Amino acid sequence: MADDPREDKKREDKQKEEGTPQPPPAPAKPAAEPPKVEAKAPAAPPAPPKPPAGPAPEPWNSELTASLRERFPEVSIEALSYLGQNFLVLPPESFLPVAGYLKSECGFDMLADLTAVDYPKREKRFEVIYQFYSFPRNERLRLKVPLGEEESVESATPLWSAANWLEREVFDMFGIRFANHPNLKRILLPEEWQGHPLRKDYGLTQQDVKWVQENLHIESGQ
Amino acid sequence: MPDKTFLDTNEIVINMGPQHPSTHGVLRVILKLDGEKVLGTECIIGYLHRGVEKIAENRTYTMFNPYVDRMDYVAAVSNGLGYCEAVEKLLNVQAPPRAQYVRTILTELNRISSHLLWLGTHALDIGAITPLFYTFREREEVLKIFEAYCGARLTTHAFRIGGLQYETYDGFEEQVKAFCNIFPAKLGEYEALLTGNRIWLGRTKGVGVLNTAEAIDLGVTGPVLRASGLKWDIRKAQPYAAYEEFDFDIPVGENGDTFDRYVVRMEEMRQSLRIIEQAVGRIPEGPVMAKVPKIIKPPAGEVYHSIEAPKGELGYFVVSDGSTQPYRVRIRPPSFVNLQALDRMVRGHLVADVVAIIGTIDIVLGEVDR
Repeated sequence: MADDPREDKKREDKQKEEGTPQPPPAPAKPAAEPPKVEAKAPAAPPAPPKPPAGPAPEPWNSELTASLRERFPEVSIEALSYLGQNFLVLPPESFLPVAGYLKSECGFDMLADLTAVDYPKREKRFEVIYQFYSFPRNERLRLKVPLGEEESVESATPLWSAANWLEREVFDMFGIRFANHPNLKRILLPEEWQGHPLRKDYGLTQQDVKWVQENLHIESGQ
Repeated sequence: MPDKTFLDTNEIVINMGPQHPSTHGVLRVILKLDGEKVLGTECIIGYLHRGVEKIAENRTYTMFNPYVDRMDYVAAVSNGLGYCEAVEKLLNVQAPPRAQYVRTILTELNRISSHLLWLGTHALDIGAITPLFYTFREREEVLKIFEAYCGARLTTHAFRIGGLQYETYDGFEEQVKAFCNIFPAKLGEYEALLTGNRIWLGRTKGVGVLNTAEAIDLGVTGPVLRASGLKWDIRKAQPYAAYEEFDFDIPVGENGDTFDRYVVRMEEMRQSLRIIEQAVGRIPEGPVMAKVPKIIKPPAGEVYHSIEAPKGELGYFVVSDGSTQPYRVRIRPPSFVNLQALDRMVRGHLVADVVAIIGTIDIVLGEVDR
């Protein structure tokens, strides 16, 4: 019974309700984690080979971070590593110069991916995430740029053409604006669509009812 | 006006797709033409958008697993492998060696079946009808193995987080070996139909050239990148599953044209076969499932894991908040990123070449739109 995922979900929701009053679709806060794991421990004897709380990101120091700090002394660059994957956290205004430096001087020549994550409870709501890869170093590097709702970050298109569609997708799904993007418009959803579906406050079955009625001539499909 | 004669041409804009057989699904391309020459394109995508990433946030890790098969539905096994490995990384769990071997074999079989579908449809687009029947004949053999293994042919859901749900069936190894025995001769048949064929050469040589620098700039990966001359394959560069234990070569092209991409994919099928032959003889004994709790609840954190899918780098960026559901799953689809190179590749070519170039990028719209 305790192994039934639905039961687990219920328990979690209950705990959430007991803790802080939250709307049900909101994700569980990591702060609610330790008591839950303890409560579950007796129910699941074959414990997984992992510490219950999980590892925390460690500070990451290397030649690369040293050279970055030397080159950009005025920028607050946070360098961390989690599960062997390195990442940097940067303020938006210094994104373009740092990314340009990473590309031209450090060999991170491919922008493999560009995406965002929405954390509505944080002071800076969004985190734009760049996944770089370096062919000469055979190394990956993640860059995170926290952004407030009204803030924007420079487009990476002058450095990588690959950023064009990827930034359009982030704009489409999150409503994050990229300054000086050559063609910032929706890519997957229709251009007139209202709302940005991957924001956490956008419901799973929510849709632009007006658009659906006008263009598909049907009442809502939900 | 005296300088305007009746021989003047005007630029025209025409629409291709979304219901067009050679766009491999529902891709719409707006073409700006000067006569038959393409001056520029714009891709309109999203017709198949199902919000897979949003669905992920509302399912448990286990429940989301079958959804990834519906992205690149001709390479569902690869999709599943990438997702399972990403979550395993987050859980800090390793699938047992036996599972790793079976995963590698099935994924490579899937690469062959995906490339066979590409070859058949690509040749069909260009006007060679016969190869389609040949390639579907062998693809059927691969799908039969999938069907015998997990009951499904396309959306296989073959892997689970932590290993495999099913032990291999009786006769699995024999069936795979039998396929390995017949397939090289069949590859020779396809090549006899196409490689020296003058029409094929005329339609593919020098068409849709992408040089190495452009390919890197556009983030293009997979066979398209390798045909442009860069020897890079994630199976070698950052090995996963059991790839480290096998010998295989990475084929590369020189000119980055449609013909080179054809040659690279043909050679990749031979290399996949090499991997399968090495793996199938020595699948280790042991369990197929690691010790994974029934309720998957990775510690809060995030991980990016990518694999070499048949179409290129397939990456999963999974963010966990410590609950049973992922906080965010970002899927880096190779088809989406590679399709962006279409504009650069078709400029200056003829309308008929657009068809050849869409085919050579090898896109699946289910993955482009997600």
